[in-house]
This record gives sequence, C-alpha cells and structure tokens, in this order.
Amino acid sequence: MKSARLRRDVVAFAVGFIFAAGLAISGMTQPHKVIGFLNPWAWDPSLLFVMLGAVGVHLITYPLIRLRQTPLLDTQWHVPSREDITPRLLAGAAIFGIGWGLAGYCPGPALTSLVSGDLRAVLFVACMILGMLLFKKTRH
Amino acid sequence: MVCVCPRIEMESGFNMAGLLGGALIGLAVTLMLLFNGRVTGISGILASSLAKPGTDGAWRWFFLAGMFAGGLMLDRLDPSLFVNRTDRGWMVIALAGLLVGYGTVLGSGCTSGHGVCGISRLSVRSILATLTFMLFGFLAVQAFQYLMKGNP
Repeated sequence: MKSARLRRDVVAFAVGFIFAAGLAISGMTQPHKVIGFLNPWAWDPSLLFVMLGAVGVHLITYPLIRLRQTPLLDTQWHVPSREDITPRLLAGAAIFGIGWGLAGYCPGPALTSLVSGDLRAVLFVACMILGMLLFKKTRH
Repeated sequence: MVCVCPRIEMESGFNMAGLLGGALIGLAVTLMLLFNGRVTGISGILASSLAKPGTDGAWRWFFLAGMFAGGLMLDRLDPSLFVNRTDRGWMVIALAGLLVGYGTVLGSGCTSGHGVCGISRLSVRSILATLTFMLFGFLAVQAFQYLMKGNP
C-alpha cells in the first residue's frame, strides 16, 4: 500500500505539471486575457477555447473512466456526489467571481505564475491563502 | 526567443494555443481521475494542503510542486506567457485575492473543480456555480471600469 501512495504522489506531481503547462500555453497566466473574456466590449475569446479544449477532452474521458470499478492506484473513487443547490454554493461562486474579475487571476493561473517572479501574482496568492484561512477561522 | 505556443489567431478569433492548452488541462484532469480517482480542484487542493500537513494528504503538496515546476519550465521557454498587462493596483489585487480565497472555499470550487471537472461530469451544482462566477466576474470588470472612468 505504501508504494501505491508513492505512485499517487508521482501522478499528482505530473498532473500539476501538465495542468500548469496547459494554463501557460493557453494564455491563462496573462490576467488581461481573462479580464478580456469577461468584457464583451473588448472581447478576448481565449478562455472560451481553453474551456472547449479542456471540457471537450474530459467530457469524453470522464464516463469512460467511470466504467471501471476503481481508479488504477486506489481502492475507491473520491469524486463529489452532492447535487443540492445551496445558497452557500452560489454565494461562494459570486464572491469568487468578483475577485476573479477584479484581478484576472483564479487559483490555478495564480499559483502557476508564482515562479515567474511577478510580485502581483505573489501578492494575490498570499491574500488568497489568507482568505482561505479567514474562512476556516470564521465558519468552523 | 522560443515561443512554445502556436499563434494561429485568424480573423475569426480562432485560437489554437487556447484549444491546445485547454486539451492539456483536459489530459491532466483525466490522468488524475484515472490513476488517483480524484477531481482536480485547485482551490480545494490548496485549501486542504493548508489544513492537513503530511500523511495521506501529501499528494496535494506533490500536485502544487508539479504546478510550480510546470510554471518554471514555461517561464524559461517563453516569459511573455506570464506578462500581466492589466492596470490593477496593489489594493485591488489584494482585495481580489481575499475574495477568491474566501469565495472558493465557501462555494467548494473554482474554475478547475467546477468549471472543467464539474461541467465534464454534467454536475448541475458545478454548471450553476460556473455560470454564477462568470456573471459576477463580468459584473466586477464592468464595475471596475466604470469606477476608473468616474474617478480619473
């Protein structure tokens, strides 16, 4: 079981690497492109193509993978199964959306941009972590 | 300078780099599901990595390390991929970071977890969350530009 955990860690590293490369290649680590997508008067459709590429692939692979009894390196699935639409879900998405539109960063591109040395990405990630900790302090 | 992204942006707005990068993201979340049986939700991974150090949660640190390594490699290949040409100041960025951190934990996901993984499994929760954060992102961009024009 110990080697299975190590293999899962290696897969997680590879997934993070490929994900970050995809974000950078697609232009999502350039916040003006994201803000441009959210602005119909100076529209930059890049994000639409990114979503088409990503969802286009996973829409096909998701049901095929779920035909299996278990994942390759684990004994059970860890996929969310909730279906209830709660005020919490929508309020959280709205708050996230406001921050996303203000900076042009969401969590993935911000983390990927950290190593580029752009201090705005560093400040954004620091405050994002603070916001997560703030939630844990106030809600739980 | 080497440019790794094919820029085939025709007048139609067709964006090959976006499609290709998006497909890589699709591949990444596919591998995570196939091997580890997990959703690749970046806000969730980051938030949980803060809460649970070590043991069974170590894969989250490996994922984040992979993201840093991937970012580092692409930055070496083509630094222009990380240029930020927005006019957002420090206070706006700080506020935005706080909102994104708080909102993604409250709403259980971000663009990767709800937007890519959730929509791909046709989760109604994720589709509604994605529509909501896109609507409020649009409103935030409009409000910011309105305020900037109003207070030059």
